[in-house]
Amino acid sequence: MKRRTLFDKIWENHLVYEEEDKPSLIYVDLHLVHEVTSPQAFEGMRLAGRHVRRPELTVATMDHNVPTWDRSLPITDPISLKQINTLENNCREFGIQLYGLDSPRQGIVHVIGPELGLTQPGMTIVCGDSHTSTHGAFGALAFGIGTSEVEHVLSTQCLWQMKPKTFRINIAGNLPTGVTAKDLILFIIRSIGTDGATGHVVEYAGQAIRNLSVEERMTVCNMSIEGGARAGMIASDEKTYAYLEGREGVAKGKEFDERVQFWRTLPSDEDAKFDRDVTFNVSDLPPQVSWGTNPGMVTDVTGRIVDPDSLGTENERKAAKRAIEYMGLEPGKRIEDLNIDKVFIGSCTNSRIEDLREASRIAAGRHVAAGVSALVVPGSQKVKAQAEKEGLDKIFTDAGFEWRESGCSMCLGMNPDILKPGERCASTSNRNFEGRQGAGGRTHLVSPAMAAAAAIAGHFVDVRNWEKA
Amino acid sequence: MKRFTRFEGTVAPLDLVNVDTDQIIPKQFLKRIERTGFEDALFFDWRFKADGTLNPAFEMNADRYKGVSVLLARTNFGCGSSREHAPWALSDYGFRAILAPSFADIFFNNCFKNGLLPIVLDEATVDDLFNRVRETEGYRLTIDLENNRITADDGLEIHFDLDPFRKKCLLEGLDDIGLTLQHEARIDEYEKSFELGKPGSSPATH
Repeated sequence: MKRRTLFDKIWENHLVYEEEDKPSLIYVDLHLVHEVTSPQAFEGMRLAGRHVRRPELTVATMDHNVPTWDRSLPITDPISLKQINTLENNCREFGIQLYGLDSPRQGIVHVIGPELGLTQPGMTIVCGDSHTSTHGAFGALAFGIGTSEVEHVLSTQCLWQMKPKTFRINIAGNLPTGVTAKDLILFIIRSIGTDGATGHVVEYAGQAIRNLSVEERMTVCNMSIEGGARAGMIASDEKTYAYLEGREGVAKGKEFDERVQFWRTLPSDEDAKFDRDVTFNVSDLPPQVSWGTNPGMVTDVTGRIVDPDSLGTENERKAAKRAIEYMGLEPGKRIEDLNIDKVFIGSCTNSRIEDLREASRIAAGRHVAAGVSALVVPGSQKVKAQAEKEGLDKIFTDAGFEWRESGCSMCLGMNPDILKPGERCASTSNRNFEGRQGAGGRTHLVSPAMAAAAAIAGHFVDVRNWEKA
Repeated sequence: MKRFTRFEGTVAPLDLVNVDTDQIIPKQFLKRIERTGFEDALFFDWRFKADGTLNPAFEMNADRYKGVSVLLARTNFGCGSSREHAPWALSDYGFRAILAPSFADIFFNNCFKNGLLPIVLDEATVDDLFNRVRETEGYRLTIDLENNRITADDGLEIHFDLDPFRKKCLLEGLDDIGLTLQHEARIDEYEKSFELGKPGSSPATH
């Protein structure tokens, strides 16, 4: 029998219709919806007189636009408010479950899917958001789509897809103390480039991946899109099943055991063939810091800003020069000498309870440096409640961090949390594009531990030295 | 959807690799609930200075690039966010086609849903086009989708590849959803198979 990859198995299980040399019609098990990329889709359905084919496979929340301050206060931006009200009305009209601003289940769509047990191995999951790849951490096929496709899934519960190629990234070795899943994925993108996986579904494998917790795997899969991948996935294992058991969306008792039996058949067969295969060893990996304006422009915390003239092609030199100018840097400057103005701990990459624990360990008993403002934004109301139960909020506020309500917040600054022009930010988010966190803002992507340490020191520091102490 | 067959238009260069969708249309314009009216948002932070006036340093702002409908770009155009507002803004501005050595997947896909044609050309061809566009003011291309051909008055002739299914959809202006609904019986059949307990399919329904 043909040896199949995890991706092949999920693809074949979800084929509704295929014809040679044409896109295949793929069934969607779970469709996640948020306020920014859905209004035009619902409007299209209304105009065409269509209904949602399987509302019970569709779940909505609001995350991009929402203010992270006191939820009892009104939303002051009338355009944001209109978008939020529109989602509420659309969900009511089309019969879709919505976890709105007043719900204890509200949060970033990629945090609440796994948290509520909606995300499960072997599923196909889509959302009008490129970081949908996060859900691949459970051994699901999950990817971002545009608004026209949102409308298509709402109407048909299916999508036309050209079959992507497969790409296995093996991670050998063990991550050193103080070096996290975030450093690992930044290193991978730095190595393969921001279009290194275009047209491919990536499967992360190897010892370092097996060693990661389920939440850490989400951080890795989350940023797959930053390497150009269609999706990122990690085979499910005992850790996955333990994470899922008892969550509200997950089957119970005997039915759960049957599911697990099935899930165990999904990981790639031994000797399954991938279109591409690479291996990295991370045993000596230092913490990573992005210096430029895309997530491939990354170096070691112990490193220096690149000299553009040392780069291979004219296009690379030009892009690096432009990035260095935008970021207000000079070639050869040490990363640890970069002073920061703001710190953002949050986003669908790094806002889960383990991320907050990691940052709080660094923050405990210390204080944010003078002149630095630091923000902690939990990924969901459930994460926030859990953190407060553990007293993490107190650790953060005692150390001078602000403690906020859940949402996407300063990852993309659609809500009032933004950088001012020229401000330099250590951020646990996923994109350092020009203006991403606010026009003229300068973003450096780092792990939660590195962000917390930068907040306290006022500049980047090698957190490995603190973890040893 | 608008049919795309053959058209003629002038070209604007955007000489940067990895242009992300945050640059194509920044987040503050994603709050709207409409599908059109994004022309002024296109490349907003590059096109305009902080005081709202046109930024003369942005090449596309030059008078010679007024009324363009073809965008000449570099590798990995459209990377980042899945926002379909990016092709909407490009279309609203007047672009009908984008030529580049490579595109990010989601952006590439979104273009076809909006009658915008992304064409992949090899790097040397793109370099050559940059030269021609800068040398000749008002450089015009004819894009003939039916014959997969780009031509210009100076004798340039380029063949491009495009997946036949996508080509057909553009040529006929096919509505995706309408097309899928022709397969409704198959979708019903598929759903029945998992409702009968086919393992692994659609656990969310259980």
